[in-house]
Amino acid sequence: MTLPTILEQSVAFLLPYDFSPTVLLVCIGAGLLYQRGWRKAGGGLGQAVMFWIGLVAIYVVLQTQFDYYGQHSFFMHRLQHLVLHHVAPFLIAVSAPAAILAAGLPEPIHRYVVTPLRRNWLLRHVYAAIQEPLVAGAIFVGLIYFWLIPSVHFYAMLNVPLYNTMNWGMAIDGLLFWWMIFNLRAPGASDMRHYGYRLLVLFLVMFPQIALGAYIALSDHDLFGIYAACGRILPITPLTDQAIGGLLTWVPAAMMSFVGGLVLVHRWNRRSRHVEKPVSPTLRCAR
Amino acid sequence: MSQSKHLILWLLPLFLLGCSGEASNQWHGHDITGVMPDLEFELTDHTGQPVTAEDYRGKITLMFFGYTSCQHVCPVALSKLAAATRELGDQADKVEILFVAVDPKRDKKVLDDYVTEFTPDLVGLTGTQKQLKAVAKRYRVAFSYEKPREDGFYIVNHSGAVFVFDPQGKVRLLIDEQAKTANITEDLRNLIEQSSG
Repeated sequence: MTLPTILEQSVAFLLPYDFSPTVLLVCIGAGLLYQRGWRKAGGGLGQAVMFWIGLVAIYVVLQTQFDYYGQHSFFMHRLQHLVLHHVAPFLIAVSAPAAILAAGLPEPIHRYVVTPLRRNWLLRHVYAAIQEPLVAGAIFVGLIYFWLIPSVHFYAMLNVPLYNTMNWGMAIDGLLFWWMIFNLRAPGASDMRHYGYRLLVLFLVMFPQIALGAYIALSDHDLFGIYAACGRILPITPLTDQAIGGLLTWVPAAMMSFVGGLVLVHRWNRRSRHVEKPVSPTLRCAR
Repeated sequence: MSQSKHLILWLLPLFLLGCSGEASNQWHGHDITGVMPDLEFELTDHTGQPVTAEDYRGKITLMFFGYTSCQHVCPVALSKLAAATRELGDQADKVEILFVAVDPKRDKKVLDDYVTEFTPDLVGLTGTQKQLKAVAKRYRVAFSYEKPREDGFYIVNHSGAVFVFDPQGKVRLLIDEQAKTANITEDLRNLIEQSSG
Protein backbone atom coordinates (compact mmCIF):
# COMPACT_ATOMS: atom_id res chain seq x y z
CA MET A 1 0.00 0.00 0.00
CA THR A 2 1.28 3.41 -0.87
CA LEU A 3 1.33 6.30 1.54
CA PRO A 4 -1.51 8.22 -0.16
CA THR A 5 -3.86 5.23 0.02
CA ILE A 6 -3.04 4.72 3.68
CA LEU A 7 -3.74 8.41 4.33
CA GLU A 8 -6.92 8.23 2.30
CA GLN A 9 -8.12 5.19 4.22
CA SER A 10 -7.30 6.77 7.57
CA VAL A 11 -9.26 9.89 6.69
CA ALA A 12 -12.15 7.73 5.45
CA PHE A 13 -12.08 5.85 8.75
CA LEU A 14 -12.18 9.03 10.79
CA LEU A 15 -15.21 10.41 8.99
CA PRO A 16 -18.47 9.74 10.84
CA TYR A 17 -20.64 6.88 9.58
CA ASP A 18 -23.74 8.57 10.89
CA PHE A 19 -22.95 12.22 11.52
CA SER A 20 -24.43 13.54 14.76
CA PRO A 21 -24.17 17.29 15.40
CA THR A 22 -25.12 16.62 19.04
CA VAL A 23 -22.14 14.36 19.71
CA LEU A 24 -19.80 16.75 17.90
CA LEU A 25 -21.07 19.81 19.81
CA VAL A 26 -21.07 18.09 23.19
CA CYS A 27 -17.51 16.81 22.69
CA ILE A 28 -16.20 20.15 21.39
CA GLY A 29 -18.05 21.99 24.15
CA ALA A 30 -16.61 19.74 26.86
CA GLY A 31 -13.14 20.04 25.33
CA LEU A 32 -13.22 23.84 25.13
CA LEU A 33 -14.63 24.14 28.65
CA TYR A 34 -11.95 21.86 29.99
CA GLN A 35 -9.13 23.63 28.16
CA ARG A 36 -10.29 27.02 29.43
CA GLY A 37 -10.70 25.80 32.98
CA TRP A 38 -7.43 23.90 32.93
CA ARG A 39 -5.54 27.07 32.05
CA LYS A 40 -7.40 29.16 34.59
CA ALA A 41 -7.32 26.70 37.45
CA GLY A 42 -3.90 25.27 36.61
CA GLY A 43 -4.73 21.58 36.47
CA GLY A 44 -2.12 18.83 36.40
CA LEU A 45 -0.79 17.33 33.19
CA GLY A 46 -1.67 13.77 34.23
CA GLN A 47 -5.30 14.57 34.87
CA ALA A 48 -5.57 16.46 31.58
CA VAL A 49 -4.17 13.48 29.66
CA MET A 50 -6.72 11.15 31.25
CA PHE A 51 -9.60 13.52 30.60
CA TRP A 52 -8.63 14.00 26.95
CA ILE A 53 -8.14 10.30 26.29
CA GLY A 54 -11.58 9.66 27.76
CA LEU A 55 -13.26 12.41 25.76
CA VAL A 56 -11.56 11.53 22.47
CA ALA A 57 -12.37 7.84 23.00
CA ILE A 58 -16.09 8.62 23.36
CA TYR A 59 -15.96 10.69 20.18
CA VAL A 60 -14.07 8.01 18.24
CA VAL A 61 -16.40 5.12 19.08
CA LEU A 62 -19.48 7.20 18.24
CA GLN A 63 -18.39 9.33 15.32
CA THR A 64 -16.00 7.36 13.15
CA GLN A 65 -16.39 4.21 11.08
CA PHE A 66 -15.99 2.39 14.40
CA ASP A 67 -19.72 2.90 14.80
CA TYR A 68 -20.36 1.16 11.48
CA TYR A 69 -18.48 -1.89 12.73
CA GLY A 70 -20.33 -1.60 16.03
CA GLN A 71 -23.64 -1.82 14.19
CA HIS A 72 -22.61 -4.87 12.19
CA SER A 73 -20.59 -7.00 14.53
CA PHE A 74 -21.61 -8.06 18.02
CA PHE A 75 -18.12 -7.99 19.45
CA MET A 76 -17.40 -4.54 18.02
CA HIS A 77 -20.65 -3.41 19.59
CA ARG A 78 -19.50 -4.79 22.95
CA LEU A 79 -16.16 -3.04 22.49
CA GLN A 80 -17.99 0.20 21.76
CA HIS A 81 -19.99 -0.14 24.96
CA LEU A 82 -16.89 -1.11 26.94
CA VAL A 83 -15.40 2.24 25.92
CA LEU A 84 -18.65 4.21 26.41
CA HIS A 85 -19.66 2.71 29.74
CA HIS A 86 -16.42 1.65 31.35
CA VAL A 87 -13.10 2.91 30.02
CA ALA A 88 -13.80 6.49 28.88
CA PRO A 89 -16.07 7.54 31.78
CA PHE A 90 -13.62 5.87 34.16
CA LEU A 91 -10.76 7.99 32.82
CA ILE A 92 -12.84 11.15 32.84
CA ALA A 93 -14.14 10.61 36.38
CA VAL A 94 -10.78 9.54 37.81
CA SER A 95 -9.20 12.71 36.41
CA ALA A 96 -11.38 14.74 38.82
CA PRO A 97 -12.54 17.23 36.19
CA ALA A 98 -15.29 18.97 38.21
CA ALA A 99 -13.22 21.87 39.54
CA ILE A 100 -11.57 22.41 36.16
CA LEU A 101 -14.83 22.32 34.21
CA ALA A 102 -16.39 24.69 36.74
CA ALA A 103 -13.46 27.07 36.35
CA GLY A 104 -13.90 26.93 32.59
CA LEU A 105 -17.55 27.88 32.75
CA PRO A 106 -18.22 31.53 31.90
CA GLU A 107 -19.41 33.43 34.98
CA PRO A 108 -22.97 34.24 33.71
CA ILE A 109 -23.66 30.59 32.90
CA HIS A 110 -22.38 29.65 36.31
CA ARG A 111 -24.61 32.17 38.01
CA TYR A 112 -27.79 31.88 35.95
CA VAL A 113 -27.77 28.25 34.82
CA VAL A 114 -25.63 26.01 37.00
CA THR A 115 -26.34 27.52 40.42
CA PRO A 116 -30.17 27.50 40.05
CA LEU A 117 -30.00 23.94 38.74
CA ARG A 118 -27.96 22.89 41.74
CA ARG A 119 -30.48 24.55 44.05
CA ASN A 120 -33.45 22.84 42.37
CA TRP A 121 -35.08 20.64 44.99
CA LEU A 122 -36.23 17.91 42.61
CA LEU A 123 -32.95 17.66 40.72
CA ARG A 124 -30.99 17.55 43.96
CA HIS A 125 -33.06 14.68 45.26
CA VAL A 126 -33.05 12.71 42.01
CA TYR A 127 -29.31 13.20 41.74
CA ALA A 128 -28.72 12.15 45.34
CA ALA A 129 -30.89 9.07 44.82
CA ILE A 130 -29.15 7.84 41.69
CA GLN A 131 -25.74 8.63 43.15
CA GLU A 132 -26.44 6.43 46.16
CA PRO A 133 -23.73 3.79 45.61
CA LEU A 134 -25.95 0.72 45.66
CA VAL A 135 -28.55 2.39 43.41
CA ALA A 136 -25.87 3.59 41.00
CA GLY A 137 -24.41 0.10 40.93
CA ALA A 138 -27.82 -1.44 40.21
CA ILE A 139 -28.47 1.02 37.36
CA PHE A 140 -24.97 0.39 36.01
CA VAL A 141 -25.51 -3.35 35.79
CA GLY A 142 -29.21 -3.05 34.94
CA LEU A 143 -28.49 -1.02 31.82
CA ILE A 144 -26.02 -3.59 30.52
CA TYR A 145 -28.60 -6.35 31.02
CA PHE A 146 -31.47 -4.32 29.63
CA TRP A 147 -29.86 -3.56 26.26
CA LEU A 148 -28.68 -7.16 25.92
CA ILE A 149 -32.18 -8.63 26.20
CA PRO A 150 -32.31 -10.12 22.68
CA SER A 151 -35.67 -8.53 21.74
CA VAL A 152 -34.58 -5.13 23.08
CA HIS A 153 -31.26 -5.45 21.31
CA PHE A 154 -33.10 -6.28 18.09
CA TYR A 155 -35.07 -3.04 18.06
CA ALA A 156 -32.14 -0.98 19.33
CA MET A 157 -30.06 -2.03 16.33
CA LEU A 158 -32.86 -1.24 13.84
CA ASN A 159 -34.27 1.99 15.19
CA VAL A 160 -31.99 5.02 14.99
CA PRO A 161 -33.47 7.05 17.91
CA LEU A 162 -33.44 3.96 20.12
CA TYR A 163 -29.88 3.17 19.08
CA ASN A 164 -28.78 6.68 19.96
CA THR A 165 -30.66 6.52 23.26
CA MET A 166 -28.80 3.32 24.07
CA ASN A 167 -25.39 4.81 23.35
CA TRP A 168 -26.07 8.12 25.09
CA GLY A 169 -27.52 6.26 28.05
CA MET A 170 -24.40 4.13 28.31
CA ALA A 171 -22.06 7.14 28.24
CA ILE A 172 -24.14 9.20 30.71
CA ASP A 173 -24.63 6.30 33.09
CA GLY A 174 -20.94 5.45 32.86
CA LEU A 175 -20.04 9.00 33.86
CA LEU A 176 -22.53 8.97 36.74
CA PHE A 177 -21.35 5.61 38.03
CA TRP A 178 -17.62 6.27 37.92
CA TRP A 179 -18.23 9.79 39.21
CA MET A 180 -19.98 8.28 42.22
CA ILE A 181 -17.03 5.94 42.72
CA PHE A 182 -14.30 8.58 42.54
CA ASN A 183 -16.14 11.66 43.77
CA LEU A 184 -15.10 12.35 47.33
CA ARG A 185 -18.26 14.02 48.49
CA ALA A 186 -21.80 12.73 48.45
CA PRO A 187 -24.05 15.19 46.63
CA GLY A 188 -25.37 17.82 48.99
CA ALA A 189 -23.50 16.41 51.96
CA SER A 190 -20.43 17.89 53.50
CA ASP A 191 -19.16 14.63 54.96
CA MET A 192 -16.95 12.30 53.00
CA ARG A 193 -18.48 9.03 51.90
CA HIS A 194 -16.82 5.92 53.03
CA TYR A 195 -14.33 4.30 50.68
CA GLY A 196 -15.32 0.85 51.89
CA TYR A 197 -18.90 1.26 50.72
CA ARG A 198 -17.76 2.18 47.23
CA LEU A 199 -15.27 -0.68 47.19
CA LEU A 200 -18.11 -3.01 48.07
CA VAL A 201 -20.25 -1.69 45.20
CA LEU A 202 -17.33 -2.08 42.76
CA PHE A 203 -16.97 -5.65 43.97
CA LEU A 204 -20.70 -6.40 43.72
CA VAL A 205 -21.16 -5.10 40.15
CA MET A 206 -18.45 -7.48 38.97
CA PHE A 207 -20.45 -10.69 39.40
CA PRO A 208 -23.53 -9.95 37.31
CA GLN A 209 -21.23 -8.78 34.51
CA ILE A 210 -19.14 -11.94 34.74
CA ALA A 211 -22.30 -14.09 34.73
CA LEU A 212 -23.79 -12.31 31.72
CA GLY A 213 -20.52 -12.28 29.78
CA ALA A 214 -19.93 -15.95 30.46
CA TYR A 215 -23.49 -16.84 29.49
CA ILE A 216 -23.11 -15.05 26.15
CA ALA A 217 -19.57 -16.28 25.47
CA LEU A 218 -20.40 -19.91 26.22
CA SER A 219 -23.80 -19.97 24.54
CA ASP A 220 -23.96 -22.57 21.78
CA HIS A 221 -26.50 -20.76 19.60
CA ASP A 222 -26.77 -17.30 18.09
CA LEU A 223 -28.54 -15.15 20.72
CA PHE A 224 -28.63 -11.96 18.69
CA GLY A 225 -30.08 -12.76 15.28
CA ILE A 226 -30.16 -9.13 14.32
CA TYR A 227 -26.51 -9.24 13.20
CA ALA A 228 -27.21 -12.02 10.71
CA ALA A 229 -30.32 -10.18 9.56
CA CYS A 230 -28.46 -6.95 8.96
CA GLY A 231 -25.20 -8.40 7.70
CA ARG A 232 -21.91 -9.06 9.45
CA ILE A 233 -19.06 -7.19 7.86
CA LEU A 234 -16.18 -9.00 9.50
CA PRO A 235 -15.45 -12.43 8.06
CA ILE A 236 -16.01 -14.41 11.27
CA THR A 237 -18.70 -16.91 12.15
CA PRO A 238 -21.69 -15.77 14.24
CA LEU A 239 -20.62 -17.90 17.20
CA THR A 240 -17.04 -16.57 17.18
CA ASP A 241 -18.41 -13.04 17.02
CA GLN A 242 -20.70 -13.78 19.95
CA ALA A 243 -17.99 -15.52 21.97
CA ILE A 244 -15.59 -12.57 21.64
CA GLY A 245 -18.43 -10.19 22.50
CA GLY A 246 -19.25 -12.25 25.58
CA LEU A 247 -15.61 -12.29 26.65
CA LEU A 248 -15.48 -8.50 26.31
CA THR A 249 -18.50 -8.23 28.60
CA TRP A 250 -16.96 -10.70 30.99
CA VAL A 251 -13.25 -10.02 31.45
CA PRO A 252 -12.30 -6.35 30.79
CA ALA A 253 -15.57 -5.05 32.18
CA ALA A 254 -15.02 -6.86 35.45
CA MET A 255 -11.37 -5.86 35.43
CA MET A 256 -12.36 -2.20 35.44
CA SER A 257 -13.85 -2.85 38.88
CA PHE A 258 -10.50 -4.19 39.97
CA VAL A 259 -8.59 -1.18 38.61
CA GLY A 260 -11.15 1.16 40.16
CA GLY A 261 -10.68 -0.66 43.45
CA LEU A 262 -6.91 -0.16 43.27
CA VAL A 263 -7.37 3.56 42.72
CA LEU A 264 -9.76 3.76 45.68
CA VAL A 265 -7.47 1.80 47.98
CA HIS A 266 -4.57 4.02 46.97
CA ARG A 267 -6.58 7.18 47.66
CA TRP A 268 -7.94 5.77 50.89
CA ASN A 269 -4.46 4.93 52.04
CA ARG A 270 -3.17 8.37 51.11
CA ARG A 271 -6.02 10.05 52.93
CA SER A 272 -5.72 8.03 56.09
CA ARG A 273 -2.00 8.69 56.24
CA HIS A 274 -2.85 12.35 55.86
CA VAL A 275 -5.32 12.18 58.71
CA GLU A 276 -3.03 10.19 60.96
CA LYS A 277 -0.36 12.90 60.81
CA PRO A 278 -0.18 14.69 64.11
CA VAL A 279 -1.77 17.97 63.22
CA SER A 280 -3.01 20.49 65.73
CA PRO A 281 -6.79 20.52 66.21
CA THR A 282 -7.06 24.12 65.04
CA LEU A 283 -5.29 23.31 61.80
CA ARG A 284 -7.60 20.38 61.16
CA CYS A 285 -10.62 22.54 61.68
CA ALA A 286 -9.29 25.10 59.29
CA ARG A 287 -8.93 22.52 56.55
CA MET B 1 -31.16 18.75 33.86
CA SER B 2 -29.46 15.75 32.34
CA GLN B 3 -30.88 13.52 35.05
CA SER B 4 -34.53 14.15 34.32
CA LYS B 5 -33.85 13.90 30.60
CA HIS B 6 -32.02 10.70 31.33
CA LEU B 7 -35.08 9.23 33.02
CA ILE B 8 -37.25 10.06 30.04
CA LEU B 9 -34.71 8.44 27.77
CA TRP B 10 -34.92 5.28 29.84
CA LEU B 11 -38.65 5.17 29.69
CA LEU B 12 -38.69 5.58 25.92
CA PRO B 13 -37.47 2.08 25.06
CA LEU B 14 -39.95 0.55 27.50
CA PHE B 15 -42.68 2.51 25.82
CA LEU B 16 -41.57 1.41 22.37
CA LEU B 17 -41.41 -2.18 23.49
CA GLY B 18 -44.91 -1.91 24.87
CA CYS B 19 -46.12 -0.84 21.44
CA SER B 20 -44.42 -3.60 19.55
CA GLY B 21 -45.15 -6.33 22.08
CA GLU B 22 -48.92 -6.23 21.60
CA ALA B 23 -48.90 -6.82 17.90
CA SER B 24 -46.20 -9.48 17.82
CA ASN B 25 -48.62 -12.41 18.09
CA GLN B 26 -50.32 -11.48 14.89
CA TRP B 27 -47.25 -11.99 12.71
CA HIS B 28 -44.75 -14.73 12.08
CA GLY B 29 -42.11 -12.19 11.10
CA HIS B 30 -40.89 -9.39 13.37
CA ASP B 31 -43.29 -6.47 13.46
CA ILE B 32 -41.14 -3.41 12.78
CA THR B 33 -43.93 -0.95 12.02
CA GLY B 34 -42.62 2.55 12.72
CA VAL B 35 -39.19 1.25 13.66
CA MET B 36 -37.53 1.99 10.33
CA PRO B 37 -37.98 4.69 7.68
CA ASP B 38 -40.39 4.40 4.72
CA LEU B 39 -39.27 2.74 1.51
CA GLU B 40 -37.08 5.16 -0.41
CA PHE B 41 -34.27 4.65 -2.91
CA GLU B 42 -32.86 5.69 -6.25
CA LEU B 43 -31.55 2.69 -8.18
CA THR B 44 -31.56 1.13 -11.63
CA ASP B 45 -33.81 -1.85 -12.37
CA HIS B 46 -32.75 -4.98 -14.27
CA THR B 47 -33.95 -3.53 -17.57
CA GLY B 48 -31.61 -0.58 -17.11
CA GLN B 49 -34.32 1.93 -16.19
CA PRO B 50 -33.61 4.36 -13.33
CA VAL B 51 -36.30 3.78 -10.69
CA THR B 52 -37.30 5.12 -7.28
CA ALA B 53 -39.45 3.71 -4.50
CA GLU B 54 -42.38 5.74 -5.83
CA ASP B 55 -42.57 3.36 -8.79
CA TYR B 56 -43.59 0.53 -6.46
CA ARG B 57 -46.18 2.33 -4.37
CA GLY B 58 -49.51 0.54 -4.36
CA LYS B 59 -47.88 -2.84 -3.97
CA ILE B 60 -46.57 -4.72 -0.99
CA THR B 61 -42.82 -4.84 -1.44
CA LEU B 62 -40.32 -7.34 -0.12
CA MET B 63 -36.79 -5.97 -0.16
CA PHE B 64 -33.86 -8.32 0.01
CA PHE B 65 -30.14 -7.54 -0.37
CA GLY B 66 -27.90 -10.00 -2.17
CA TYR B 67 -25.76 -10.53 -5.26
CA THR B 68 -26.09 -12.62 -8.41
CA SER B 69 -22.93 -14.73 -7.92
CA CYS B 70 -24.22 -15.77 -4.49
CA GLN B 71 -24.34 -19.55 -4.48
CA HIS B 72 -26.46 -20.51 -1.50
CA VAL B 73 -28.14 -17.81 0.57
CA CYS B 74 -29.60 -15.64 -2.18
CA PRO B 75 -31.09 -18.34 -4.45
CA VAL B 76 -32.65 -20.05 -1.42
CA ALA B 77 -34.06 -16.83 -0.03
CA LEU B 78 -35.34 -15.62 -3.39
CA SER B 79 -36.99 -18.89 -4.32
CA LYS B 80 -38.60 -18.97 -0.89
CA LEU B 81 -40.00 -15.49 -1.45
CA ALA B 82 -41.10 -16.42 -4.96
CA ALA B 83 -42.84 -19.56 -3.67
CA ALA B 84 -44.51 -17.66 -0.83
CA THR B 85 -45.82 -15.12 -3.33
CA ARG B 86 -47.01 -17.80 -5.78
CA GLU B 87 -49.06 -19.34 -2.98
CA LEU B 88 -51.10 -16.17 -2.84
CA GLY B 89 -52.78 -17.21 -6.11
CA ASP B 90 -54.59 -14.39 -7.86
CA GLN B 91 -53.38 -11.94 -5.21
CA ALA B 92 -49.77 -12.54 -6.14
CA ASP B 93 -49.73 -9.45 -8.34
CA LYS B 94 -50.23 -7.29 -5.23
CA VAL B 95 -46.72 -8.19 -4.13
CA GLU B 96 -43.40 -7.16 -5.63
CA ILE B 97 -40.07 -8.69 -4.65
CA LEU B 98 -37.19 -6.22 -4.84
CA PHE B 99 -33.81 -7.89 -5.08
CA VAL B 100 -31.16 -5.26 -4.38
CA ALA B 101 -27.95 -6.58 -5.95
CA VAL B 102 -25.02 -5.07 -4.05
CA ASP B 103 -22.20 -6.30 -6.28
CA PRO B 104 -22.71 -4.05 -9.32
CA LYS B 105 -19.35 -5.01 -10.83
CA ARG B 106 -20.64 -8.52 -11.55
CA ASP B 107 -24.39 -7.98 -11.17
CA LYS B 108 -25.02 -5.32 -13.79
CA LYS B 109 -24.47 -7.51 -16.86
CA VAL B 110 -26.35 -10.55 -15.69
CA LEU B 111 -29.14 -9.10 -13.56
CA ASP B 112 -31.73 -9.19 -16.33
CA ASP B 113 -31.20 -12.91 -17.05
CA TYR B 114 -30.94 -13.68 -13.36
CA VAL B 115 -34.32 -12.25 -12.36
CA THR B 116 -36.29 -13.72 -15.24
CA GLU B 117 -35.26 -17.17 -14.03
CA PHE B 118 -37.21 -16.67 -10.84
CA THR B 119 -40.66 -15.18 -11.14
CA PRO B 120 -42.34 -12.33 -12.99
CA ASP B 121 -42.81 -10.65 -9.62
CA LEU B 122 -39.10 -10.25 -9.07
CA VAL B 123 -37.46 -6.91 -9.75
CA GLY B 124 -33.67 -6.74 -9.81
CA LEU B 125 -32.23 -3.46 -8.59
CA THR B 126 -28.69 -2.22 -8.59
CA GLY B 127 -26.84 1.06 -8.79
CA THR B 128 -23.63 2.88 -8.09
CA GLN B 129 -21.75 2.14 -4.88
CA LYS B 130 -23.01 5.44 -3.53
CA GLN B 131 -26.63 4.64 -4.27
CA LEU B 132 -26.36 1.13 -2.85
CA LYS B 133 -24.62 2.33 0.30
CA ALA B 134 -27.35 4.93 0.83
CA VAL B 135 -30.08 2.26 0.72
CA ALA B 136 -28.07 -0.08 2.94
CA LYS B 137 -27.48 2.65 5.51
CA ARG B 138 -31.16 3.63 5.49
CA TYR B 139 -32.13 0.08 6.44
CA ARG B 140 -29.11 -0.41 8.71
CA VAL B 141 -27.76 -3.32 6.70
CA ALA B 142 -24.20 -3.86 5.57
CA PHE B 143 -22.44 -5.48 2.69
CA SER B 144 -18.73 -5.98 2.15
CA TYR B 145 -16.50 -7.74 -0.34
CA GLU B 146 -14.04 -10.42 0.70
CA LYS B 147 -10.61 -10.88 -0.91
CA PRO B 148 -10.83 -12.50 -4.39
CA ARG B 149 -9.71 -16.14 -4.74
CA GLU B 150 -7.14 -17.14 -7.35
CA ASP B 151 -9.81 -17.55 -10.03
CA GLY B 152 -11.09 -14.05 -9.30
CA PHE B 153 -14.24 -15.17 -7.51
CA TYR B 154 -15.00 -13.28 -4.33
CA ILE B 155 -17.63 -13.64 -1.63
CA VAL B 156 -19.88 -10.74 -0.74
CA ASN B 157 -21.00 -10.54 2.90
CA HIS B 158 -24.56 -9.28 3.03
CA SER B 159 -27.66 -9.15 5.16
CA GLY B 160 -30.11 -12.04 5.41
CA ALA B 161 -33.22 -10.08 6.32
CA VAL B 162 -36.21 -9.34 4.11
CA PHE B 163 -37.87 -5.99 4.78
CA VAL B 164 -41.58 -5.86 4.04
CA PHE B 165 -43.31 -2.58 3.19
CA ASP B 166 -47.03 -1.93 2.79
CA PRO B 167 -48.52 -0.32 -0.37
CA GLN B 168 -47.92 3.15 1.12
CA GLY B 169 -44.24 2.34 1.49
CA LYS B 170 -44.41 2.10 5.30
CA VAL B 171 -42.15 -0.51 6.82
CA ARG B 172 -44.09 -3.39 8.42
CA LEU B 173 -42.15 -6.61 8.88
CA LEU B 174 -38.69 -8.07 9.05
CA ILE B 175 -38.48 -11.68 7.91
CA ASP B 176 -35.33 -13.53 8.85
CA GLU B 177 -33.55 -16.35 7.06
CA GLN B 178 -35.16 -19.09 9.11
CA ALA B 179 -38.72 -18.12 8.16
CA LYS B 180 -40.88 -20.85 6.60
CA THR B 181 -42.50 -20.28 3.23
CA ALA B 182 -46.01 -20.98 4.55
CA ASN B 183 -45.55 -18.42 7.31
CA ILE B 184 -44.36 -15.80 4.86
CA THR B 185 -47.46 -16.43 2.74
CA GLU B 186 -49.67 -16.06 5.80
CA ASP B 187 -48.04 -12.78 6.77
CA LEU B 188 -48.44 -11.49 3.23
CA ARG B 189 -52.12 -12.50 3.20
CA ASN B 190 -52.66 -10.60 6.44
CA LEU B 191 -50.94 -7.57 5.04
CA ILE B 192 -52.98 -7.64 1.83
CA GLU B 193 -56.16 -7.94 3.87
CA GLN B 194 -55.16 -5.04 6.10
CA SER B 195 -54.21 -2.76 3.27
CA SER B 196 -57.31 -3.44 1.20
CA GLY B 197 -59.70 -3.09 4.13
